[in-house]
Amino acid sequence: MRLIVNGLASIRSGRPVFSGLGFELHSGEALAVTGPNGVGKSSLLRIIAGLLPASEGKVNLEGGEAEASLGEEAHYLGHRDALKPSLSPYETLSFWQSMLGRPLLDPDKALTQVGLGHAAHLPSGYLSAGQRRRLALARLLVSRRPVWLLDEPTSALDASSEAMFNGLVGEHLASGGMVLVATHTPLGFSTRSLKMQGAV
Amino acid sequence: MAAFLAVFRRDLVLGARIGGGAGVGLVFFLMLVTIMPFAVGPDMVLLARIGPAILWVAALLATLIGLDRLFQADDEDGSLDLLRMSPLPLPLLVLAKGLAHWISTGLPLALAAPFLGLLLALEPKALMAVTVTLLVGTPALTFIGAIGAALTAGMRRGGLILSVLVMPLMIPVLIFGISATSAALGGTIPFMTPFSILIALTLFAFVSGTIAATLAIQNAEG
Repeated sequence: MRLIVNGLASIRSGRPVFSGLGFELHSGEALAVTGPNGVGKSSLLRIIAGLLPASEGKVNLEGGEAEASLGEEAHYLGHRDALKPSLSPYETLSFWQSMLGRPLLDPDKALTQVGLGHAAHLPSGYLSAGQRRRLALARLLVSRRPVWLLDEPTSALDASSEAMFNGLVGEHLASGGMVLVATHTPLGFSTRSLKMQGAV
Repeated sequence: MAAFLAVFRRDLVLGARIGGGAGVGLVFFLMLVTIMPFAVGPDMVLLARIGPAILWVAALLATLIGLDRLFQADDEDGSLDLLRMSPLPLPLLVLAKGLAHWISTGLPLALAAPFLGLLLALEPKALMAVTVTLLVGTPALTFIGAIGAALTAGMRRGGLILSVLVMPLMIPVLIFGISATSAALGGTIPFMTPFSILIALTLFAFVSGTIAATLAIQNAEG
């Protein structure tokens, strides 16, 4: 499987953010997208996820399911955790499992993996920032999608949770997935790196 | 289909739990109708005559109350992004959310109408007519409102703009809802004439509201 980005450009409210961006990513590879604030890392991830239109260029996934769009082949973990305070972690995960399709792990197992097994039936509103982040990460485990688009995934995570996160990414890469991470902090797994510079 | 039911069920659960706001519209409806006799005075004949109109106007305003959260809540916490990445086509997502919203906000209004009608000294026949027309008409209000809700999803305090946007579009529903009710109580027009138009408006709102809200969400840059 191959993710090919070619000549990508983004214009947000009349202001060019980046242009002429291209790279290839193969199964089992991770790419760290770095660069100063406002350079368009989040926009790049959102364009690949199909949430923002690109003003120029193309994003293609070779070897995916024929009828699925790239958005349906990708998990997106943004700044916001997409959690409802009144739903329990278990309810949240089983909802996203039926919503995103292609079930992988049971919600219970996914919660144990991220260390939230004890809080499975507590309303999510009671969780701390780090626990909310771990619950958002657990979402990546309940549905099988080859491309992971992660925007600052380790914010609010403590050292042991970061190790857990590195383990999850490692497993995903080993099973042939690919990971795109927008980040400011060094990551605990080997990546290729894409340094973005501002548009001139 | 599993995804359609999942989002439908989730929205019903969210609406019913604390902070969901499903009851707010109903309480507002109750308040509007109960203060009416105090404002109009204890004239039973007058109240009975304007009662159906009061119930309809109150139902319309109560519908507007909860609409701003229809897409905004999911937009704020990032859920809408993920919902858009689901294999469920966006129009079906909008339809599922709209139906769940109607069941938790519109349906209770129609079911409460006969009891509140008693406060307005309506006759049994009028109670029936108002209930039936509200039952058929409130989905139209919800789905017309969904257009405004989708347009203002990314806006803070978009509720007022939403009301201004969709209120004019709701007027035909109000007109035919009330004329069907008065036709049921007598007059020269048969009940089915305005009632059929009301049904048509609801069916039209299902389709046009769903499509328009879908386009609004797709074109919102976020």
